[in-house]
Amino acid sequence: MCLGLPAKVVSIDGNNSTVEMMGVTSTISIELLENVKVGDFVLVHAGCAIQILDEEDALKTIEIFNEIRELGMR
Amino acid sequence: MENIITLAHGSGGSATLRLIDQVFKKHFNNDILSMGDDCARLNIGNAKNIVFTTDSFVVTPIFFKGGNIGKLAVCGTVNDIATSGATPLYLSCGFIIEEGFSIDELEEIVESMSNTARECGVQIVTGDTKVVQKGAADKIFINTSGIGIVPDGINISGRNAKVGDKIIISGTIGDHGSCILLERENMGLQAKIKSDCAPLSSLVQDMLKITSEIHVLRDPTRGGVATTLNEIAAQSKVTILIHEDKLPVKLEVQGVCELLGMDPLYMANEGKLLCFVPAEKADVILNTIRGNKYGENAQIIGEVVKAGEPKVLLHALSGGIRIINLLAGDQLPRIC
Amino acid sequence: MTNYIDEFRDKVVMQKIVERLCTYSGRNIKIMEVCGTHTMAISRLGLRSLLPKSIELLSGPGCPVCVTPTSYIDSATELADNKDIIVTTFGDMMRIPGNESTLLYKKAKGCNVQMVYSPLNAVDLARENPNKEVVFLSVGFETTTPVIALSVYKAKSEGIKNYSVLTANKTMPEAIKTLAGDEELAIDGFIYPGHVCAIIGTDFFSYLSYNMEKAGVVAGFEPLDILYSINTLVKNITEDNYILENMYSRIVKKEGNIKAQQKVFEIFEPNDAVWRGIGMIPNSGMGLRDEYEKFDAAKKFNIKLKVSPEPKGCLCGEVLKGKKRPSDCKLFKTRCTPENPVGACMVSSEGTCAAYYKYGDGQIS
Repeated sequence: MCLGLPAKVVSIDGNNSTVEMMGVTSTISIELLENVKVGDFVLVHAGCAIQILDEEDALKTIEIFNEIRELGMR
Repeated sequence: MENIITLAHGSGGSATLRLIDQVFKKHFNNDILSMGDDCARLNIGNAKNIVFTTDSFVVTPIFFKGGNIGKLAVCGTVNDIATSGATPLYLSCGFIIEEGFSIDELEEIVESMSNTARECGVQIVTGDTKVVQKGAADKIFINTSGIGIVPDGINISGRNAKVGDKIIISGTIGDHGSCILLERENMGLQAKIKSDCAPLSSLVQDMLKITSEIHVLRDPTRGGVATTLNEIAAQSKVTILIHEDKLPVKLEVQGVCELLGMDPLYMANEGKLLCFVPAEKADVILNTIRGNKYGENAQIIGEVVKAGEPKVLLHALSGGIRIINLLAGDQLPRIC
Repeated sequence: MTNYIDEFRDKVVMQKIVERLCTYSGRNIKIMEVCGTHTMAISRLGLRSLLPKSIELLSGPGCPVCVTPTSYIDSATELADNKDIIVTTFGDMMRIPGNESTLLYKKAKGCNVQMVYSPLNAVDLARENPNKEVVFLSVGFETTTPVIALSVYKAKSEGIKNYSVLTANKTMPEAIKTLAGDEELAIDGFIYPGHVCAIIGTDFFSYLSYNMEKAGVVAGFEPLDILYSINTLVKNITEDNYILENMYSRIVKKEGNIKAQQKVFEIFEPNDAVWRGIGMIPNSGMGLRDEYEKFDAAKKFNIKLKVSPEPKGCLCGEVLKGKKRPSDCKLFKTRCTPENPVGACMVSSEGTCAAYYKYGDGQIS
């Protein structure tokens, strides 16, 4: 019940933003968030950004997966 | 609910198949029709191995990135003939045009048909035009029928898949379906996706120059690769296994499908071939396809694993196996 | 440059986690997910065909369309019959059968039914069609309710009078609490819906884990999110570690999305809701506040919700609660198919029975 994907904010125009994901662009509302900046990744659901992705946290998780790839599960 | 036709009946999925069985085959039944391939195979007097096919084109919008309804009408019928192994020779075309339609646009469509026909070496030799009142047709509908001759020794049919056959797709999947979806529905998405609408007769000729041992050829149009594989599995009574990591999908097509909760396996293609070939010939045929401008992204995507039960399975990225079923009607975008 | 998607689909890592999961040799355990998107993702991954039989993955009532009562669809199709109304809906609802009809059928008969990607598109339609009433079918859980709230808010701010919503919104916590407390069901651990938590935060589920002694993970939806979360959950269950672990912290904050919560609070208020196949769960629904009654289609068009009995032989109630598998139902694949769905779980493309029908139930050699 939660189809949503992270998309990159390409431009902001008032309450709306143009985002890009896998080569697809879309104009969505950012009114459910504060402080969205160009370059942020946002979670898009039903035409709206509902959360800003924490990139630092994401990279830490990716690091864990890289470790699993190289060394296997601990 | 009244027994009425809905859009599901036109989607190529299980609703369409039921309609064909319960209405059309019930009354039109004969051995030739029962074969179930895209073309009818006819012997008329001394002329053997004639193939005859028909297709109607109602796409909206009529102009789209990568083509238009006219180009589609020629490619669609040419490809149906080509997938029987035949050289397409002659086409008919019938137009049903809505009152008020622009003649300039009509000419653009017809010119496009002429160019495509010339590329494949087919001639449009007979036709018909009807005009209906405003509202009685959606701008323009086109029907094309075509004739070709299958060379001796070629036996390509949906019933010929054999255990051990490798399955090749001639390029990326879902391009046409995604292109039309973006242009038609007001989904607020933009992407550089164009229809893959293309005539495939030269590709088939290239393959037949290398070998006559091609078991099945089919163009996965409406309902996508998933639907076509299910049809072939049912005709040949085999179990097919496809590998998810081998499926060629353009990034933007994947993006559109992901955002809308749809699956590229069920999206229409209008310029792609599915080929079932003996395993020992697979690599050489693959290279031949890749040598043709319409087959650059060809991949071996799976194999026929078992005889008996018609089934299409997917070997998922995780290593797990799941079923690829026929859809009931069109895929619908989802939020959940 | 990462897109924060591909790295969560790495095939090699997937297979390594699956390998680890397959070494599980403990007692039989039952894990439940409660989100239709998780149901679909797990089925698409073919996960049940990979896991040891001692780890049972159950699907709970995570599909908001499936748990919407039949009479809601009847009301929607009735509204569609009205020539002055444009019914707008997510694609998910189009094929759902009511007692008489579906929206797809109504569209085929010429009624004005339009599929939209966002309720905000429905507001655009209302703006562009001042002589018609645009009704949006407001069905969804906490992930979608804020967007619907926003649409009502925008309509009010712009003075748009011809927009309204027919509400059947639901919330997860009480339903999950009921399932957690069901001793017959005996769930060992929960996979919590990542995007619901993105909105509401993690406190309620932490509380549930601690008080009801059920391990839980908040999981995202990419293959690695799901697999890694299940691995962590299995480990915690085995170690009797009754905690909630947030495995989707790149999106889910402890407090959730406050602004979205505030928007919902402004427009909606909790009510008791009927879940198809389960019955009434107190405090599990959302309706419009009185100040927004002009946007409430039920009030505008005098719609009363009726209660319909489940079709004979239909096991959806048990399937939705994870007590039975689709294959346990005599109607599954015989009378009940995606084309002719009998019960709630087959109707929506992400319902449990629909997912099992489409992707198989993992019993493939």
